[in-house]
Amino acid sequence: MATQLLVAPTSEKSKVEAPKKSKLNRYLAFLTVGFLSFAILFRGKATLPLDRSSLTPFQVSLNSFSAWIDTNRDSNPIFTSFINVIRGSINGFVTFLQNLISQTGDTRSIPQIGWLGIVAIIGWVVYAISNTRIAIFAMAGFVSLGLLGFWQESMDTLALTLAAVSISLIIGIPLGICAGLYPKFERFITPALDFAQVMPTFVYLTPVTLFFLIGPASATIVTLIYALPPALRITAVAIKQVPWSSVEAAVSMGSTRMQALRKVQLPQAKRTIVVGINQTIMAALSMVTIAALIDAPGLGQVVVRALESLDVGRSFQAGLAIVILAVVLDRSTTAAASKVDSGTTSGTSHRTHRFVLTVLAALALAMCLISRALDWAGAFPGTWTVGSTIAKYANLWVAWFQVHFVTLTNDITDVVSYGLINPMQSLLTQSPWFITGLAFVGLGTIFGGKKLAAISAFCVVAIVGTGLWSDTMVTLASTLVASVITVALGILVGTWIGRSRRADRWVRPILDAGQVLPAFVYLVPFLGLFGATRFTAIMAAVVYAAPASIKLMADGIRGVPDTIVEAATAAGSSSWQMIVKVQIPSARRALALATNQGIIYVLAMIVVGGLVGAGGLGYLVVAGFAQENLKGKGLAAGLAIVLLGIMLDRITQAIAHRNSKEYSQSSH
Amino acid sequence: MLKNHRARRAATYVLLAGAVTLTLSACSKTQSASSPTSTPTSASTAKCGTVNLADNAWVGYEANLAVVSYVLKNDLGCKVVVKNISEEISWQGFASGQVDAILENWGHDDLAKKYITTQNVAVDLGLTGNQGIIGWYVVPWMATKYPDILDYRNLNKYATMFKTSESGSKGAFLDGDPSYVTNDEALIKNLGLNYKVIYTGSEAALITSFRTAEAQKKPLIGYFYEPQWFLAEVPLKHVTLPPYTAGCDAVAAKVACDYPPYALNKIARVAFMNSGSPAATMIKNFQWTNADQNSVAKSLAVDKLTDDAAAKIWVDAHPDQVKAWLKA
Repeated sequence: MATQLLVAPTSEKSKVEAPKKSKLNRYLAFLTVGFLSFAILFRGKATLPLDRSSLTPFQVSLNSFSAWIDTNRDSNPIFTSFINVIRGSINGFVTFLQNLISQTGDTRSIPQIGWLGIVAIIGWVVYAISNTRIAIFAMAGFVSLGLLGFWQESMDTLALTLAAVSISLIIGIPLGICAGLYPKFERFITPALDFAQVMPTFVYLTPVTLFFLIGPASATIVTLIYALPPALRITAVAIKQVPWSSVEAAVSMGSTRMQALRKVQLPQAKRTIVVGINQTIMAALSMVTIAALIDAPGLGQVVVRALESLDVGRSFQAGLAIVILAVVLDRSTTAAASKVDSGTTSGTSHRTHRFVLTVLAALALAMCLISRALDWAGAFPGTWTVGSTIAKYANLWVAWFQVHFVTLTNDITDVVSYGLINPMQSLLTQSPWFITGLAFVGLGTIFGGKKLAAISAFCVVAIVGTGLWSDTMVTLASTLVASVITVALGILVGTWIGRSRRADRWVRPILDAGQVLPAFVYLVPFLGLFGATRFTAIMAAVVYAAPASIKLMADGIRGVPDTIVEAATAAGSSSWQMIVKVQIPSARRALALATNQGIIYVLAMIVVGGLVGAGGLGYLVVAGFAQENLKGKGLAAGLAIVLLGIMLDRITQAIAHRNSKEYSQSSH
Repeated sequence: MLKNHRARRAATYVLLAGAVTLTLSACSKTQSASSPTSTPTSASTAKCGTVNLADNAWVGYEANLAVVSYVLKNDLGCKVVVKNISEEISWQGFASGQVDAILENWGHDDLAKKYITTQNVAVDLGLTGNQGIIGWYVVPWMATKYPDILDYRNLNKYATMFKTSESGSKGAFLDGDPSYVTNDEALIKNLGLNYKVIYTGSEAALITSFRTAEAQKKPLIGYFYEPQWFLAEVPLKHVTLPPYTAGCDAVAAKVACDYPPYALNKIARVAFMNSGSPAATMIKNFQWTNADQNSVAKSLAVDKLTDDAAAKIWVDAHPDQVKAWLKA
């Protein structure tokens, strides 16, 4: 659900006068003391609380907007001639894909292509874009989807993902090229992208169904809103990376601007664009369960329905299928990207490759025909599945764990809640809004100068405008605690796997699973262990956010120049000294980036937290999805999350930016 | 150059493969039409056609849905399409023609007014026979140990026992899924109780909380409802509030009485009822008791059977009742 490259491009531009380090520390100390003393002095004043069921005029006006859509759907020309056409064509596209790979028609007992045919085609495509090893891995992965007992559901999910991803790319890549070529356009579109990535999906589930009704079109569009920004952003970055000199060279040799784009910029940007495709696929897959709430077919349905009867085993079984699908698609596209990178092949091996491809294509075609002719190759044989066994053991294991550890986990919940969350929350919710707001503006000024101060001030005032300041502070408290845990894990595990390739190999699949496994799968066991508390929500956020921080930190540790490490070794540093004195300080920029991404990922899970007792903005968003008269309030809560997200993101980015600058200065 | 060439080759292959697939799918229509898929047991296939049923996310609803769609499929040969959507979006479906029937409706006067009275796209199909109870419940071990806790007047005496990290100095009172109708905040205020409503945010969170509390013998009080499969596993005890009288819940902020009893009903799309489909009649006739629903719900939630398997057990045991539903 997250926002991998959120705003990454914008920070390059902001040229900031960085105050000297000692001065900075003095400013920070001053700000902290000032905030704390005023917060205590004015405790309980101007805290802007709002009852659960009360609405502000702004929230009421949002309510009437959605009522307007509802009454005008069939008469307004925007609907009849535009939106209904879009709905029709997307529905047609998805249905076509479903007929091809997942759904049986009225007259057929299997889809157009049976499972054997699909596995063969996947093998062929992956071989064509990457290599033999990954192709075999992909085929094994797809077979295991059938073994899990979810062949048809997986193919439904795949069909929907393919639809959303291809539309994302059709729109996102050209727009991304534009954004890469014209900075003005990029500045214009960036706020919209931020908005789309930080706005919780729950907020627009109901509006989308209002516009596009229930069905594949709505599911695709919900996924699209989230999956399109990475495609656009990364394409823009890719185009900008191409050195301007090579474009100028082409133009001076008589190419038109268009030719330069086609012959020079696009080929050089190709590898990064493939990375963008990869990110788009991952983002689309992370929407599987959310889209199921508005009847998107596929694996998400299984997860959501298993939650009804608290069937942890079955939701785990379906979650595993989603993870497998994600890992297969991720590894295939990553391998494709590095293949694009690794360039030339000799003439003979090229001819051999072509020959092999032809033979394999024929083979895949044969498999398709077989899958249409023979029953066992068409519908995945039910007797082969081991899914229910996995579900049974998962249930048993969770029950065992719960019985043996529940006292311990309850104690942990209490310690963290009383010791950390409660004081933090009472400080933030009891302070007057203008004091806390000024503290944010102060942070912005210290790290980013006037511009950032202005952005912070705008966000603070706008949050007050949504009428949900107090709820925002509740959410901020949990977000900060979750971020602290996330960053701590990032440093610990990131340093560990950054230093040891072997540890990395073992830990990385777990990190991938943490990022892709739908939160709904582990919510029930977490509820059993930690109760319906803010801490459960924090833990769910950490599971989702820590992998990103860990990966970034590990990259940073690995990026520490060998010369520095060798010099330290020669000077007789112990491992501990090496880590604390050399590697972590040198990876400071990575650490700041890990913090930034940690917070953004935590924010992405706020709404899920609302489902398990976190209260705050997350709960309001969920309630807005569920109840007619709270719709406007939910929408306002979504806005507040976006504003909070943008503010925290900009501030932490400014910190990251400063750190990298300092590092580059000190290492010169 | 070479690289480009290869890429173009690959693209050609992909296109070629696509073309072949398309051709394949075109010729398959005729080929597989001859192989029949499933054989409906009844001759009335042509008459029934497709029925779109909403599926709301609680197991009691799921039980109604399992049995109704089992009968529709097996006795009337209908094609049943199930839509997993929330209550409000289900009602939306009557207007757009995407939902034919809701099989267990809990009140929703605002939606009924909008879609039945004003837009005239939906119609009340009568009671399901299930009685819905909403109220305050405590874990059973507490009712045994402190019998007087079942009267709201004694709740303040026990408030400190219910204190958690989430509730400050007050006792915690748990609420569940935000789509359910609750007056709990007003009730606590108007009855002068020293409790704070904790919004767990989902039914899963609420049930898990009750389950662990009973297993660990920890105090817990919260909102719950019947019929619900979970009561078969942990028989929560109902706390009496000041009795409900007609109109006592008219002003939401001033409510100081118990929830009204809910007579659960079915709602259908007007056009579907007028279509003459035998499915419409069957859904209209469908009625059963709380015990019936609980037995199917238990098969689904506790024994983890599939919808069809759970429905089959009940249907096979109650042939006469099913026959009555099928009468025109």
